[in-house]
Amino acid sequence: MTRRMITLDGNEAAARIAHLCNEVIAIYPITPASPMGEHADAWSAQGKTNIWGSVPHVVEMQSEGGAAGAIHGALQSGSLATTFTASQGLLLMLPNMYKIAGELSPTVFHIAARSLAAQALSIFCDHADVMAARGTGFAMLASNSVQEVMDMALIAQAATLESRVPILHFFDGFRTSHEIDKIEEVDEATVRAMIDDEQVAAHRSRALNPEHPVVRGTSQNPDVYFQARESVNPYYTKMPAIVQDCMDRFAKLTGRQYHLFDYHGAVDAERVVILMGSGAETVEETVDHLNAHDEKVGLLKVRLYRPFAAADFLQALPDSVHAVAVLDRTKEPGADGEPLYKDILGALAQGVANGDAPCAAMPRIIGGRYGLSSKEFTPGMVKAVFDELGSEQPKNDFTIGIHDDLSGSSLEWDTSFRTDASKKAVSALFYGLGSDGTVSANKNSIKIIGECTDLHAQGYFVYDSKKSGAVTVSHLRFGPEPIHSTYLIGDNEAHFVGCHQSVFLERYDMLDKAAESGVFLLNTTASADQAWDTLPRRMQQQIIDKQLKFYVIDAYHVADEAGMGRRINTIMQTCFFAISDILPQEQAIRSIKEAVENTYGKRGKKLVEMNFNAIDASLANLHQVEIPGSISSKFDKPPVVPASAPGFVQRVTAEIIAGRGDNLPVSLLPADGTYPTATTQWEKRNISLEIPEWDEDLCIHCGKCPFVCPHGVIRSKVFDPALAKDAPPSFKHVPVKGKEFPEGWHISYQVAPEDCTGCTLCVDICPVKDKENPGRRAINMVPQPPRREQERENWEFFLGLPEYDRRKLRPNVIKEAMLTQPLFEFSGACSGCGETPYLKLASQLFGDRMMVANATGCSSIYGGNLPTTPWAKNPDGRGPAWNNSLFEDNAEFGLGMRVAVDKQSELARELLVSLQEAIGAERVEALLNAEQNSEAGIHDQRERVSELLQSLKTIDKPEARRLESIADYLVKKSVWIVGGDGWAYDIGFGGLDHVLASGRNVNILVLDTEVYSNTGGQTSKATPRGAVAKFSAGGKPAAKKDLAMIAMSYENVYVAQVAYGAKDIQTLRAFIEAESYDGPSIIIAYAPCIAWGNDLAQNHQMQDLATRSGHWPLLRYDPRRLDRGENPLQLDSKKPSIGYRDFVSNETRFSMLWRSHPDNAEQFLQASQLEATARYHHYEQLAAMDYQEPKAEDEKE
Amino acid sequence: MDLSTNYLGLQLKNPVVPSASPLSRSPGMARALEDAGASALVMYSLFEEELQDQQTRQLAFLTTQELGHSEAESYLPMPADPGDELDNYLEQIRKLKESLSIPVIASLNGISNSGWVENGKLLTEAGADALELNVYYVAADLELSAETMEQRYLALLSELRKTVSLPITVKLSPFFSSLGHFVSSLEAAGANGVALFNRFYQPDIDVDSLRVAPALHLSQPHDNLLAMRWLGILHGRLKLSLAATGGIHSAEDAIKMLLAGADITHLCSTLLLHGPKQLTRILNGIEVWLEESPYDSIEQIKGVLSHQQMADPAAYERASYVKMLESYAVNRTAWD
Repeated sequence: MTRRMITLDGNEAAARIAHLCNEVIAIYPITPASPMGEHADAWSAQGKTNIWGSVPHVVEMQSEGGAAGAIHGALQSGSLATTFTASQGLLLMLPNMYKIAGELSPTVFHIAARSLAAQALSIFCDHADVMAARGTGFAMLASNSVQEVMDMALIAQAATLESRVPILHFFDGFRTSHEIDKIEEVDEATVRAMIDDEQVAAHRSRALNPEHPVVRGTSQNPDVYFQARESVNPYYTKMPAIVQDCMDRFAKLTGRQYHLFDYHGAVDAERVVILMGSGAETVEETVDHLNAHDEKVGLLKVRLYRPFAAADFLQALPDSVHAVAVLDRTKEPGADGEPLYKDILGALAQGVANGDAPCAAMPRIIGGRYGLSSKEFTPGMVKAVFDELGSEQPKNDFTIGIHDDLSGSSLEWDTSFRTDASKKAVSALFYGLGSDGTVSANKNSIKIIGECTDLHAQGYFVYDSKKSGAVTVSHLRFGPEPIHSTYLIGDNEAHFVGCHQSVFLERYDMLDKAAESGVFLLNTTASADQAWDTLPRRMQQQIIDKQLKFYVIDAYHVADEAGMGRRINTIMQTCFFAISDILPQEQAIRSIKEAVENTYGKRGKKLVEMNFNAIDASLANLHQVEIPGSISSKFDKPPVVPASAPGFVQRVTAEIIAGRGDNLPVSLLPADGTYPTATTQWEKRNISLEIPEWDEDLCIHCGKCPFVCPHGVIRSKVFDPALAKDAPPSFKHVPVKGKEFPEGWHISYQVAPEDCTGCTLCVDICPVKDKENPGRRAINMVPQPPRREQERENWEFFLGLPEYDRRKLRPNVIKEAMLTQPLFEFSGACSGCGETPYLKLASQLFGDRMMVANATGCSSIYGGNLPTTPWAKNPDGRGPAWNNSLFEDNAEFGLGMRVAVDKQSELARELLVSLQEAIGAERVEALLNAEQNSEAGIHDQRERVSELLQSLKTIDKPEARRLESIADYLVKKSVWIVGGDGWAYDIGFGGLDHVLASGRNVNILVLDTEVYSNTGGQTSKATPRGAVAKFSAGGKPAAKKDLAMIAMSYENVYVAQVAYGAKDIQTLRAFIEAESYDGPSIIIAYAPCIAWGNDLAQNHQMQDLATRSGHWPLLRYDPRRLDRGENPLQLDSKKPSIGYRDFVSNETRFSMLWRSHPDNAEQFLQASQLEATARYHHYEQLAAMDYQEPKAEDEKE
Repeated sequence: MDLSTNYLGLQLKNPVVPSASPLSRSPGMARALEDAGASALVMYSLFEEELQDQQTRQLAFLTTQELGHSEAESYLPMPADPGDELDNYLEQIRKLKESLSIPVIASLNGISNSGWVENGKLLTEAGADALELNVYYVAADLELSAETMEQRYLALLSELRKTVSLPITVKLSPFFSSLGHFVSSLEAAGANGVALFNRFYQPDIDVDSLRVAPALHLSQPHDNLLAMRWLGILHGRLKLSLAATGGIHSAEDAIKMLLAGADITHLCSTLLLHGPKQLTRILNGIEVWLEESPYDSIEQIKGVLSHQQMADPAAYERASYVKMLESYAVNRTAWD
């Protein structure tokens, strides 16, 4: 039977089967499982049906806990239900999983396995999450490849229905969930044949139904709970046989036979490695290689991990085995071995004791850890494990893949070891920008090769942790044999290296990867004659040594000519096919054009034409460069960080920045996850070709450009001009306007040239227009490269100028507030990010006394993703102290900080009193009653504390020692709880609500992007009606939650709704008022996001339209006003002055619905218009209430 | 009473026609307008710039979609069929033709050959009963003369006339220095009617944010006086049909327009404010007035107070400021 070959990734493979086999799908976004939910939602929105011809209901929940609860309810009500998750999401599902399994409810949860947050969060793969679910009673079935994901998803579905035991079907996050493979499709007929309708009916018959009521979920006492717990044993006893039966039935339908444990390798193998997950593929490739070279080794793949079928395991093991290494992709600190190792050890011990084992004597068994957080697992490492097994005293509890110089656990491996299989495949590497379309073009290339040839194909994509200027590296393999290489393309392996951005030449050692006689393709503005000289010396040497063929194209020129701006992906793709000869050129070009038509739609004629023109022009612009016999370049890659960087940055941070983090030994990494702040300053990314330039003659010194700069690259300082006498000649400074500054002092606005992302928002906000030169402002974009050196020097000089005395500034005046130093700078957030200006503002106003509890999300990623952090320090070494606990608990986390600060402050005050005699009553009095509501007050208190610490040294009392450790807490601390709308409106709302009700002095900042930004723009309860977002492909039907109104209902909470692009001064006032309020404060900040589909150069305009249309009214609710007999609510924006239509038609997230679902779009718009008008009216009435009346009446009485 | 009227060669049951507005985006609303008594429907305008903007946005969207971040390869669900404004418009014509029995007039706004001629053909094929060309262009180019601008429109109209056999009407702004001559030229170039006048949405300045921002102000009843004057001037002097548009909020407003010479009256702001029932109210008002008037039909009242019919044509031709000011002066207070 010929089956259809398809190219897809693991997430899609799982989602296809899940969507076909279920009726209710509860979803919640979490990396790397989100795409499964996104696919399911999109398919249901398109009307795709399951195998019973019905469209599954997809429901997004407020958390994974909520999703599991909904699935539990759906299962109890007789539906076939499923969900997808990973990592922390799975942890949140655990309580329900015990229930679901305890009630023997058939379901399959599909898990893209991912690390758990411990010393740090990691989105990458290991099995820590699924291992935490071992106790739930769910069966556990592992898939090792994309093909297996599709196969096992179906086998699991059939087995759960028959056995009633729920199944956790897991595969490796990213490596399998995101790897694109050419696989054999499991079609609907096969799914139909595997699913038994009688078992579906049996499941339904057990449903809760008032027609034949039962009760489940009882509470049991010591008399029966134990027995009842044991009553499920027969189901678990039968389970392995049922799974095997399903595997056998599946084999008959598809020809692919699986077993509970699959052995692969020599029949007489002496050394065997046991593992599960994608690593098994690499072991298989290595085993084949070693056996072909006269070794006797084997691999045992564990497929059904729970229930653990020991008898089947023992049968699968060859009787020749002498030594076994069990590899666990997880770590259980303190255990004497990881879970799979312990299971295997136990099974073998019992087997040998009982005489059931294939071998008479107990083989030597060692356990080791590999691949945590997607650490590479290569054939060289596999060979090292086999070698270790062959040694006299193999190391137990070993690690492979890292250099553990601390505990000595690691095995050494040969990094140059390659298998025969890897040499047979064609390997290609592409370095691109996230935004240049390289990844989508490569995915498309795999599809083309997959569909047009008999070759096997694999694609894996390494993404960036930065969002602006994100770099992607695509790893593509093609070959006549199935590809089992679940590791990256290594040094000297790539037959093709494509560099899609010439700036990478200085950044990456990409030709390390190039194989002998391979091809190097470079997109450059340099001509074929000049291109050679643009390469660093090392690269030239590598081209000569490896005899590489070198091609160049000016893809930007071709794209520009075709009207495609900077979209170069189809051009580079055409060149790849032209050079690589994988397909006949004509066929390749035809296929690329077909793909373009599919992408742009038949009606996007002009776009299709542009792309066609670009494709046709590509070949004419592709040139081979003649390679000289020797190197001639005058430069080499610059050092990663300057020599002035601190030691830790030199030793650790710089290595990570350079892409050599894999080589860092254990001893260099902090054991408790503590890292220095202020490190983004060392990571100069130079990602923008244009930077702003200050026109000092036009400028009116309003301070708006530093206010809006999302990356903190524009700064202003006022200083004594005498300090500038040694300034670089091009450093600009002029007398400052305004009498509030010392006579004759100067001001400078300076740009950090290498940190600017080129968002242009500073230019956009500038209120000064050059009357003689329309379009020109007091700040204008200019090319960066010619100014880089000069401005770097100016920036350094600027940094060296002293900060203006904060005590002399009025913080509620924008111009003066912007003279304070941002302690949040150069983050990796998107260019033009709507969130970061708020964080930067808080850091300027309160950074030196700020503690930040940051919910997981965009702000925790650009705030704390290694290698560097944008949270910075002032010249005194003070700055925000930051931590990210989880997604769901952030408000509580921050409250804990506040309570601890208050307690320590209280304790310090108590100790002060107890030491009054020694310290002096007057000083104690001053410390206890210090005014700390102003910069001057805080400054004075710091001075007092400093003096106190000095005098404590002379006091020989235990109280003095205790006070020394907490005296800092006598200075006011500002606790900030920061997170996005996914946290505040959904997963963390319960905690947020509780913290608001607590009355404690915390400041909550909700960065409202109206979607789950970090995971790719999924719908939250902050998403407005009618907006298209992931999980709302047909437009969100429900209105946005009014969080401000909810918070105001407490009456003792300070509430502000702000949008700095609409009214910056209102934002500034809100931050100052919120922080000064001695109680809970919440600022809900409107933050335009790339997920809205617009260019963020329109950020301010979007904020402005949102406010004018009534979508985002600006308001402040200050409970202190009540004490003054004033209405606490101030409405800071005017009555809607434009229609809601004018607001939504400007944004892609709304306007795309007009094209896809025009009727819905219109209906949603009408509803939103009414809502916006009504909401404003409601606020207006609330703000107009007279709060003085009741008092007047009291007086009358 | 005979309320019927001939407009662009189409025999309409009455002279009340909703003009281009978002109301025609919803088939349900379009049906409600028909049920309320509308005798024809002008669809919302298809803007040439909007189509170009769509392409630009689509390219920008596809470009920014791909981010390359490990947690988010892309944002926004990629629609299976990205859709197309022109396609949607053509589909909307088809839908409206299927569900309505009144004529549907497609409205086209553009300034280039491809905008008018190519799209005009497609609108015809989709089943439109007539085309309204919406001349909505702010000639901010200081090098561009009035004559050049007029010639450009005339050339485009001639070109369109060659390819389209449907009736064509042109919706004009009042900002032509010699409007009568231009309308006459439009007729010569093949126009079957004109609609007077288009309203420009004027940008406003926000003193808080120091930005120029669009401002939406619906028409007011007094906005219709300029159109009334020009209808009076043009009525009977050219063969093409005349439509009154802008500021018609009541039956009285509509009747005035008909008396001045309009063949039909367009409603927009009043329908946006009060919904389709307002159309019925206006229609009823016209009928009651007609019953109480010495006339039996709309055809009879058309243009009875036009320039041609008036004893004092100067009332239309000159804006008699002195007179106006004198009449204003009687309202002065005792302190003046």
